[in-house]
Amino acid sequence: MPAKRIIPCLDIKDGRVVKGTNFVNLRDAGDAVELALRYEEEGADELVFLDITASHEKRKILADLVKEVAGVLRIPFTVGGGVSDIRDFELLFNLGADKVSLNSAIVKTPGLITEAARQFGSQAVVAAIDVNLADNSYFVFVKGGRENTGIEGFDWCRRVADLGAGEILLTSMNKDGTRSGYDLGFLKKLKELVPLPVIASGGAGNMEHFLEAFTVAGADACLTAGLFHFGELSITDLKLYLSRKGIEVRL
Amino acid sequence: MTGVIDYGAGNTASVMNALSDITKDIVKSSDPEVLSKCGRLILPGVGEASFAMKRLAECGITSLIKTCDVPLLGICLGMQIMGSFSEEGDTHCLGLTNTPVKRFDESKMTVPNMGWCKTKINNNCKLFQNLKNDQYFYFAHSYYMPVSEITTALCSTGTEFTAALRINNFYGVQFHPEKSGSAGIQILKNFMELC
Repeated sequence: MPAKRIIPCLDIKDGRVVKGTNFVNLRDAGDAVELALRYEEEGADELVFLDITASHEKRKILADLVKEVAGVLRIPFTVGGGVSDIRDFELLFNLGADKVSLNSAIVKTPGLITEAARQFGSQAVVAAIDVNLADNSYFVFVKGGRENTGIEGFDWCRRVADLGAGEILLTSMNKDGTRSGYDLGFLKKLKELVPLPVIASGGAGNMEHFLEAFTVAGADACLTAGLFHFGELSITDLKLYLSRKGIEVRL
Repeated sequence: MTGVIDYGAGNTASVMNALSDITKDIVKSSDPEVLSKCGRLILPGVGEASFAMKRLAECGITSLIKTCDVPLLGICLGMQIMGSFSEEGDTHCLGLTNTPVKRFDESKMTVPNMGWCKTKINNNCKLFQNLKNDQYFYFAHSYYMPVSEITTALCSTGTEFTAALRINNFYGVQFHPEKSGSAGIQILKNFMELC
């Protein structure tokens, strides 16, 4: 079994790292390259970079920034936001990405998962799924959380696994920015349903939340942004805590 | 000169970034003439086995690799295609060893095997100089090469598999040294110092 992973996420808007609550009220959190370097030093296991405005404004990812971050990073680097076809994969790998995260595009064109997996291998294809509660059921949202697709959450997760995705980055919009903990119920059921690694996202507020995502829900990795950006929690302290609690982490 | 084989399938840019920490004397190419003049070669790999074999053939570099007599380091898929056959795309591979590449059993574990795994290393292998046993390296793969006499490092996910191998001048690592922080850079340094 691989060690449990801690993954900081850089949400990028207009070339700067931002963090919001429930996908809105964004505030500036700093320079992407500086944060990337700091996180690798602190022991981050991977870095995720999401251009959160790319999809709805039809903008392509900020190529220069991806290249600059990749230039200094020696841990796995996942990039997403505005990826719409197989050429975007080639472009991002050429810029130094190791994995590509897909969100709105695969709802529109699910076959893109299979096409990318066939060419680049499943391990390079991350299905980023945003779910939210509506009428007591989980639905998949796209376009940065603004549009309910009407697709049921668990159905979609199973589907992306069948299509060849290598990992699911599951963001619980109902939890995002609330600091009330990850959505353990959804994550636990998801791990029972699909054989893929699952990255939990949305809701981390303290160290116990990471612990329970691993022990209660069985998540393979935990992603968070705000907690690390503003220095409230260091990755080193978090990993030492998890290790003391008996979780295998890379120290 | 170190040649990085660019066959259009892989995170070649990441490998170039990591190598630039060690040397500036690197060339990325798919031209057999350029590659044949290099003192060592790196075969990166993020991709799918049958697609990779097809691309190597299209670039005319399959035989160059098979007959190469300088140190060659295969990374991830670049290591797997040194095997005889891969269940990924059911393809014949380079056949540098008789060992075939198999798929992990999804009913027994999370697939792909994705993340940092503790790796048991053979200290006699020059590739692992200055590294401690049980070092963490970054892995991302759904297929594996079983442990055999060519294995120089191994991991377990319930199933033991080859994390590194050596066949004469051919070295292979299942993990990604270019993405394994300072331990990975040390592996690349060790490889560069082989000749």
